[in-house]
Amino acid sequence: MNAISDRLAPGRLLGPEGWRRRRTLIGMGYALPTAIMVAVFFIVPLLLVVQMSASDWTLLSGDRGLNVPENYADLGSGRLFWPAVEFTIRYTLIVTVLLIALGLLMALVVQESGRWSGMLRTVFLLPLAVGLAAASLLFWGFYSNSIGPLNPMLQGAGLIESPISFLGTPTNALMSTVFLIVWKFAGFYMLILLVGLQSIPRDIYESAALDGAGRWSTFRHITLPLLRPALALSLILAVTGSLLAFDQFFLLTKGGPDNTTVTIVQLIYREAFQLQDLGKAAAISIVLLVALLALNALWFRSLRKPATE
Amino acid sequence: MKTAGWTRTPSYVLTGGLAIIFLFPLVWSAIASVSPQPATGQVDGYGLGNYVTLLEFQAGLGQFLLNSTIISAVTVVTTLAVSILGGYAFAKFAFPGKDILFLGTLAILMVPYATLLIPLYVLLRTLGLGDSLVGLGLVLAMYQLPFATYMMRISFEAVPRELEESAMVDGAGTFQVLRRILMPAVVPGLITVGLFAFLAAWNDFFGPLILISDPDKQPLPLAIAVLRQQTMGAIDYGATEAGVIVMAVPCLFLFVFLQRYYMRGFMSGAIKG
Repeated sequence: MNAISDRLAPGRLLGPEGWRRRRTLIGMGYALPTAIMVAVFFIVPLLLVVQMSASDWTLLSGDRGLNVPENYADLGSGRLFWPAVEFTIRYTLIVTVLLIALGLLMALVVQESGRWSGMLRTVFLLPLAVGLAAASLLFWGFYSNSIGPLNPMLQGAGLIESPISFLGTPTNALMSTVFLIVWKFAGFYMLILLVGLQSIPRDIYESAALDGAGRWSTFRHITLPLLRPALALSLILAVTGSLLAFDQFFLLTKGGPDNTTVTIVQLIYREAFQLQDLGKAAAISIVLLVALLALNALWFRSLRKPATE
Repeated sequence: MKTAGWTRTPSYVLTGGLAIIFLFPLVWSAIASVSPQPATGQVDGYGLGNYVTLLEFQAGLGQFLLNSTIISAVTVVTTLAVSILGGYAFAKFAFPGKDILFLGTLAILMVPYATLLIPLYVLLRTLGLGDSLVGLGLVLAMYQLPFATYMMRISFEAVPRELEESAMVDGAGTFQVLRRILMPAVVPGLITVGLFAFLAAWNDFFGPLILISDPDKQPLPLAIAVLRQQTMGAIDYGATEAGVIVMAVPCLFLFVFLQRYYMRGFMSGAIKG
């Protein structure tokens, strides 16, 4: 980096104009690695996936020419496509509501400083450090009838007669995965909402207390409205993350039972690497990308609008 | 004050119960990995038999750990180097295309991982980076850039300009200003960026699943998933939980150890953002 480091103090040899031009060039030099990374690993693949989505492109033979309407037109005819879309949306709704509700509750619990709050904060954040794949494999054993602790505990407490198959029915498989995700990510939403809570000025609460506002009414009329930006960020992240769910279903439920827990990203993976049709996989990816962009655009528009209060 | 303590008891019970639910799966998997279980590496009594199974599986635990370490090192070093220089450029310099490049970097967040991995699978092959740990590390670094660049930009912007100017008057170049003045001032930000790049790279599963096909180059998450799928007959739950512990322990350790740094990194970001 010494090549672009200048050894000149401002205006020592160059006039102000030359100094400014020199700083412009140096700034571009520092931004160059970012530009290269973004171009090579983001812009080029993005253009390539658009091209692939319009091509007959297989895993083994590569590009075999244009295949324009087919890749997209055939999308809906796949046996798993609409069930996967429906399942992904259903999963997203459940997970988003639970993550934000629990994250908010946890943030409210740990927002005071103190030893107990600090310990709780660390405990709630711990699952965040465990990778999603590792957590999925952990829960795969946790829910199993062979070594899982839940059935023996529930039976010991006399709560159930016969063992529950946690991954055996479509509903159980969905709910077991939802529990895994809430366990793993609730701490993350707690963190976002905690940052939001701490940016609310103390004196607002003090003046509310002077006005005789109760706990619930303070929460309803002060905390929630002022938490709007942090809640909006949580909503965007939870929805986007859930719509792109893959690891948890690939590793924990394996899409089963009977393909009832197949998500859109799993469909992309199957199309590309099991059916070896990269063109069609690219087409599904583009549809997913456009859907996410539209969703985000919608949100940003609604966020821009002044709060209606 | 006694009455206050009494009214607080239900909240202690509630939050304590929640804490136990959060800790239980982790504690259980640690115990399960050393517990006796038929058809695993640990049949009689407690012991490390399941970890021995991992040592002997395919290329061996040592190789998988090395692969994960290489990927993580490439990701962390690349992310830090690119985002420190980029963050410096965005925070302290004016140049044409600055806003477009910054928005372009943030736009990476909008594009699903799966959407980019399909073309990257083809592209990395043509670049000679197919089936390569370095190639995967670079892809993961690209995905860290939106967060890392944003974080470094707001961290550098928070450093008062007078500090740099006094160094410049003393004849320091822009790179010396970055190294001697700015970087020491943003250590929580650097640790936050480095830690999150490490966690993302160490734990990534989808990237290696698509980009790595040589069994000797598998990182840990992929190897453990393969181990589970390949076992003939009885499924080896014990070795799987041992693999979970090997994957989780370094992350948990770093996460707890570095907590005060990244909490500060986040909170300072909140004030500026």
